[in-house]
Amino acid sequence: MQPRDPSQVDQGLGDESPADARTVLSADDVGRALTRIAHEIVERNHGAAHLVLVGLQRGGVWMAEALAVLLEAIDPANPVPVGTLDVSFHRDDVGLRPIVPGSVTHIPVTLDGRTVVLTDDVLFTGRTVRAALEALNDYGRPRAVQLAVMVDRGHRELPIRPDFVGKNLPTSRDELVAATKAGVTIR
Amino acid sequence: MKHLLSIEDLTAEQIHHLLELTDHMVEINSRPIPKVPALRGKNVVSLFFEDSTRTRTSFDTAAKRLGADTMNFTVSSSSVSKGESLRDTIETISAMGVDAFVVRHKSSGAPQMITRWTDASIINAGDGWHQHPTQALLDCYTIRTSLNRCDSFEGLRIAVVGDIKHSRVARSDVQAFTALGAHVTLVAPPTLLPPAVETWPVDVSHDLDALLPDLDVLYLLRVQRERMDDALLPSLHEYSMLYGLTPARAERLAPHALVMHPGPMNRGVEMVADPGELPGSVILNQVTNGVAVRMAVLFWLLGSGSDLNRTEIS
Repeated sequence: MQPRDPSQVDQGLGDESPADARTVLSADDVGRALTRIAHEIVERNHGAAHLVLVGLQRGGVWMAEALAVLLEAIDPANPVPVGTLDVSFHRDDVGLRPIVPGSVTHIPVTLDGRTVVLTDDVLFTGRTVRAALEALNDYGRPRAVQLAVMVDRGHRELPIRPDFVGKNLPTSRDELVAATKAGVTIR
Repeated sequence: MKHLLSIEDLTAEQIHHLLELTDHMVEINSRPIPKVPALRGKNVVSLFFEDSTRTRTSFDTAAKRLGADTMNFTVSSSSVSKGESLRDTIETISAMGVDAFVVRHKSSGAPQMITRWTDASIINAGDGWHQHPTQALLDCYTIRTSLNRCDSFEGLRIAVVGDIKHSRVARSDVQAFTALGAHVTLVAPPTLLPPAVETWPVDVSHDLDALLPDLDVLYLLRVQRERMDDALLPSLHEYSMLYGLTPARAERLAPHALVMHPGPMNRGVEMVADPGELPGSVILNQVTNGVAVRMAVLFWLLGSGSDLNRTEIS
């Protein structure tokens, strides 16, 4: 067993941009997209009451945290709790992807009757989201689950679609997309 | 990693990895519905040639929480009682399709032997005086979380007290504690110390009282009553006087010090004080953590064993 460099584990975790990477969104673009998504979430749900943000480990966690701050600015009366979800044990390809240390699930509230906004950096095949939907069942019965992603890169293998998208980005299957607070790159 | 036979086979880094994986399992166990499908379709067979309640049920619970199917094999109701050999038993059950055997056997080395006769993963759940690796891992996890020692056990002072010679728990624990950097002292009457103890990476003492105030962990082993028949101990009473945890001794422990015991406990022998009254007792945490550690081991061997050695992830 080798110690894992977390940035190798998930394509959404590239912290430094490799030389041949092309920047699609700058840090400012990402910030503006997040602000728009926050407003869309409030619009769709008529406020931020009964919402809970759940970031998928590990690439979606920063997005959930950033959205919580933005939502609080829009609807200060209803601060939105933030959780994180590690779907490793629910994947249909268990064993193909390693468990990343330190990415333990944390769901701070019961999900019964709440609207869960799942966040992830890049939506690709949809398999992670399928696993997340299954994992959420272990924590209660949400009233609804919505999906917010920074990048939708296509190539879905399951009938899953995002509710809130930062950027629709046509890609080929073998390209790598990284979406962080610092920007979105493709290579 | 295909099998878990001995703590000796693990590097400190691998022990840390398993303990980190255990954090994930503890979270699963805290869910309203503590069950995940990670090992769905895997078949885990427990094969206990020796009596056990906690280890067997702990493995059984662990496998079920990960969604595996479990099968229990009890020697008394099996063909072993008709004289079937260990090898034939293993080959027969393997032929039904088994992904892992959890084995307890009175003979040291039996789990190692079994690896030759089957393609399944073998998990040693205790073999003779040799090893009990999941006990050592759950003890490490308990110390790690109770004393908040996530990175290493460097500087921790641990005393293991009791029948070291006949104890697979002591052997496994000493290897794991020292691999993580702890300083271990064995405390026992000379008759209950293992041969060649001077080659172990530990100190040896016969004076528990002198050690007590400096300890971070006091680990009591079960005194097996049958040792009296072997004349290794003069009497249980004398053992308690010298090595038992009495209320007076408990008061001399540091406030943060942990009291641990692998069970089953002999009250009034090694445990004279009421463990429920000891602020440092983490004996029930050990049992709880046992399930999570065994989930981590099963997941490591059956769920993600292959990928841990693979460098590229698609």
